[in-house]
Parts: sequence; structure tokens; C-alpha cells
Amino acid sequence: MRNGNLVSLKGISKIYNTGKVKVTALDEINLDFGRGEFIAIIGPSGSGKSTLMNIIGCLDTPSGGAYLLDGHSVAEMGIHQLAGIRNKKIGFIFQNFNLLPYATAYENVELPMIFAGLPGNHRKEKIMSNLAMVGLSDRADHKPTELSGGEMQRVAIARALANDPEVILADEPTGNLDSRSGDEIIRVFENLNEQGRSIITITHDMSIAKRCHRIIKIRDGIIESDTRNGNGVN
Amino acid sequence: MRLLIVLKQFLQDIRKQKLRTFLTTFGIIWGTAATIILVAFGEGLYKYQQKRFHGLGDRITIIWSGRTSRPYNGLPKNRRIRFTDEDVDMLKREVHGISVASPEYSRSASITYKRKTFNQDLLGIYPEWGIARNIIPEAGGRFIDEIDQEYRKRVVFLGTKVRDNLFGEGVNPVGEYVTIKGVPFLVIGVMKDKSQNSSYSGRDRHKMFVASTTFQTMFDRRYPNNMVYQVAEGVSSGAVLKKVYSSLGRKYKFDPDDEEALMVWDTVKSEEQWKPFFEGFKLFLGIIGVFTLIVGGIGTANIMYVVVKERTREIGVKIALGATRAHIMGQIIFESLLITAAGGTLGFFVAKFFEFIFPKFGLGEYVGDPIIAADAVIVTISIIGGMGFLAGFFPARRASRLNPVEALRL
Repeated sequence: MRNGNLVSLKGISKIYNTGKVKVTALDEINLDFGRGEFIAIIGPSGSGKSTLMNIIGCLDTPSGGAYLLDGHSVAEMGIHQLAGIRNKKIGFIFQNFNLLPYATAYENVELPMIFAGLPGNHRKEKIMSNLAMVGLSDRADHKPTELSGGEMQRVAIARALANDPEVILADEPTGNLDSRSGDEIIRVFENLNEQGRSIITITHDMSIAKRCHRIIKIRDGIIESDTRNGNGVN
Repeated sequence: MRLLIVLKQFLQDIRKQKLRTFLTTFGIIWGTAATIILVAFGEGLYKYQQKRFHGLGDRITIIWSGRTSRPYNGLPKNRRIRFTDEDVDMLKREVHGISVASPEYSRSASITYKRKTFNQDLLGIYPEWGIARNIIPEAGGRFIDEIDQEYRKRVVFLGTKVRDNLFGEGVNPVGEYVTIKGVPFLVIGVMKDKSQNSSYSGRDRHKMFVASTTFQTMFDRRYPNNMVYQVAEGVSSGAVLKKVYSSLGRKYKFDPDDEEALMVWDTVKSEEQWKPFFEGFKLFLGIIGVFTLIVGGIGTANIMYVVVKERTREIGVKIALGATRAHIMGQIIFESLLITAAGGTLGFFVAKFFEFIFPKFGLGEYVGDPIIAADAVIVTISIIGGMGFLAGFFPARRASRLNPVEALRL
């Protein structure tokens, strides 16, 4: 593993100009985290946690401050490079799964590989092993409508892992799931983290947050607290 | 596999937008068919006119004797210039580019078969006159030949209508005897009816033909009414005519630039004068068709905008998963091209079917039957292709510029 922090945010702010009113979603956030961390971001709605997540995921650009991803300044990257980072370095997981409805589980997992330009004969093995990892080997040919919520989210995890990203960004991954399915998802996360993968998840559920190693609490665009759980690896 | 996903997405889109997709595709079908059919009509009309024009003759020039309009070499103006068979033979020998030449003697004569008598135009000509005028005998008959010419035979070749009037429609009168001005003639053939849109003394189907030598003997004629010659392919009819003037001018001592010494109808030139009109007409029809097609294209662009709008969230997801602009745009342009290609292909077959069915209505006699020319199809295909691309490009560009955060929030 390389040295240095995976993500380093210095004075990151995000200001939305909605006509005459200026809304400060993030107010000079400083935050670092390294490889292998398992982080929960919590906070009330509108606190700016999703904005923070989108900036870390290179989906949104900050209004001010510097963001170094793996030592490289994201602000200096072109759209093509950013697409590459979203494709290979980051794996996104959404609250409402966001699977392509007309594609099978297999094809959904395949999508990021297609974007990466991976040749067809290299994909199959990886797709099947990813589906096996989330316990859905037998669901490869099923469409999202034929899967339960928990299963859909597990397909989404397999998809997020398609190109072996360094970090998984999950925006309330259990928000639409019952507690049992949610628990399964978190267990998958724990397994992934044990294998050394960084995971950042937004959550409302304190019982989930407590299973992470570090809890960052955001309120009104600033970090209110940044605590490490006792059982943390770091 | 990737193509499969793109196709699945496409099918999903058209399932969601059945009516809209149908109407859009219909617009393209209509536009394509309209363009191809309209141009095909232009082409058909042109070909039809050309054919009817060739009913008079193929690349022929007709010359009548005239009067000089200016003094020449001490001779006064207003002299009558009259040519003979020898002059026709001389021109054919001397002027390069004349492939066929014949004098034409004509007068009205009565023709009788059994109890029926008609007055018809009788023409005395060389056998090769038939070549110049596209005369084709009906099966079982023949045109005037060299032997008839040499022996002044009393044989007659009948125009289609003359036969119809005298013997009845479709009857083969070959071998029968008719009397012309009281002299018995053997019928040797009947002209296969031809479409002819121009003439100078009535259509060929209303005439009867005998050898020029026979005509001369019967009516004691020395000067033909006019002559007809055919200009070889690839030779300028204007250049040939100039040589005809100088050749005859030398013999009859008139100024080769004195146009009124001979009266001329150069059908090659007349036909060429019509050509720009038909080309312009075809272009006009083509433009009307292309505008129809453009309306179809706008419809396609419209549906692609709807597709982009409906798929906004999905595009956001794809961007989050690392899709580049090319990936996002490629899909939408591909779908647009697919719609236009499908519409274009169907439209082509509609046009092809029309080309096949139209002649069955028998309207071709008035406007000609449509002919789908390869160049019109190629131009239409290029336009459809370009339009399909553009109709996809602009919505695709909008899609690729979507803000993923906003797209995902939907």
C-alpha cells in the first residue's frame, strides 16, 4: 500500500446560490482518512453529509478548498480523468439501489467493467465471484424486479466492487431496507473492510454507526464530532 | 454483450414510449417514402418524355429546303434551295457524324382495302429511315428494305392506326393487297405502336410507307419534301449541322452562315434544352421530400429529448459508475440512428412497393411511371443517416452535460 491518506479534505466548502439566498452546505471542512477505514457519517437531513459524500465521490465540485485523492488534486483533473476515478477508484452504493431495471444482476455488475473498457472474456469470472461474495450466485440472471430489496442492494455492492475500487461510498445503503436485510448489508461491509477495503457510509441508524470504526457527525455544514469507536482497527 | 445491453435499453425505451416511437418512426417512413417517390416521379416523367421524344426519332435532325436571306457570290437573296436524293447521299458520305440519312417524300393518297377507302399520308423513304425513326415492325412483318428500294417494288408498310382502320385492330394484314391511288400494293408489315410526343406532319402511326424510288416513279417527283439524318452517339449535332450547311452551301452557292437557306429541326438540341427543366423539376420534388424528411428528423430529435429526460436519473447513475461522455452520448445517438434506420428502411420498401404498384393503375400514360434511381436512394440514405446522427447528437450532448448530483436526486 502507498503511504499517505486516501482522502484529504482541506477547507472544503460548498455554497449553493439559489437566487438571492446563499445556502452554505459545507463550511470549510477539514477531514482526512486513510486506507482500510470504516467510517459512518451521521447527521440530520440537510446537514451536508450527502454533499460531502458527493464531493468525495467526485460527483460534485467544492466551491472552495482543496481535495486530494490519493495525493492528487481533484480540482486539476479533466472530465475524462474524473470519469476514470469514479469508475475504478470509487464504488458507489445508493439508498434506492439504482440498478438498471431492464438488465439482469449479471449485466448490472458488468456495467462498470464496460465503462472501464474491460474485454468481454475478462469480465465473466470477476462478475460471478463478485456475485458469490454477496451470496447471489444463483440470481445472476434475475432482473431487479425479481429480487428483494436486500438482494438488489447486494447486487449494487457487487457492482460497486466491479473494478476493485479502493473506497466504497454508500449513501444510506440500508435506508430502504428492513432491519434484517440492512444487517446483511452491513455484514457484507464488515467483510469487505476486513479484506482491507475503505468504506464510508452515510446512515441515520445509530446501531449501524456503532459498528463502524469511526463516526463523523455533521451539523449545519461543519463537523460536530469525529470519534473513533473503541473496537476500531486504527 | 455491451451491444445487447444497449439494445435492451432501446427496447425498454420504445416500450415506454410506444405511441411516440411509432409516430416518430412513421414520420421517418413517410419522409423517406415521400422523398424517394417524388424524385422517382421526376425521373419517371423525364424518362417517359424522353421515350416519347424518341418516338419521333433517336438523335435526329430534320431539314427542309428554305430560301436564302442574303446575297452570296453575286447571287441575289431569296433564292429557293432545293435538295435531291443525291445531296442526301453526298451528306452521308462527306459529313462525319451522320450515321443514317434519308430523304422523305410525302403526299396524301387514298388507300383501299375491299370496300374501305381512307386518305392517308404516304411517305417515300430509304430503308434506313426506319432506324432513324425507331420504327419497329410487329411480329411477322418487315420494314422497307434495299431490294424494295432497288426494284421500286410495290410494297407498303402501314402505320399502326392505318392498319387498325383498314383491317381492324390487331389483325395481321401481311400478304394482303391494298390499292394506293388505284395501284395494287402488297402489305409487308405494320409498325409496332410507339409513344411519340412530337411530329411535323402527323404521327408515324397514321402513315403508310413505301420505298422512295417507288414514290418517285408513282408521282414523278424529283425533290423530296425534307430529309432526316441521325447523328452518331457522342457527336455534337450542332457541329454536324454546321458541316451540312457548308456542304450544301458549296453546292448550291449560299452563305454557310445563312440559316434561312435551310429549315432545321435539331431534335437533339431541343431535347437538351428540356433537360435542365427536368433536372430542376426533380430537384424541386427532391427538396419537397427532404423537407418532409426533416420534419421526421425533428420528431426523432424530440423523442430523444424525451428519452434523455426520462432517463436522467439513470444517466446520473452511469456517470457515478464511471461512464464517460462518449458512453452516454453513444447510447443516445445509437438509438436515434436505429429509429431513423428502421424508418428509412421501411420507407424505402414503401417507395419500392409504390414503384411496383403504380404502373398497375395505368396512369403512366399521363405522368409516366415512377423510377427509383440509385443516386436518389443514395442521397436519401445519406440525408437520413446525417439526420439520425444530428437528431441524436443534440439530446445526447444535453445528457452528457447533466450534473450527476442533480440527476441522481430525481
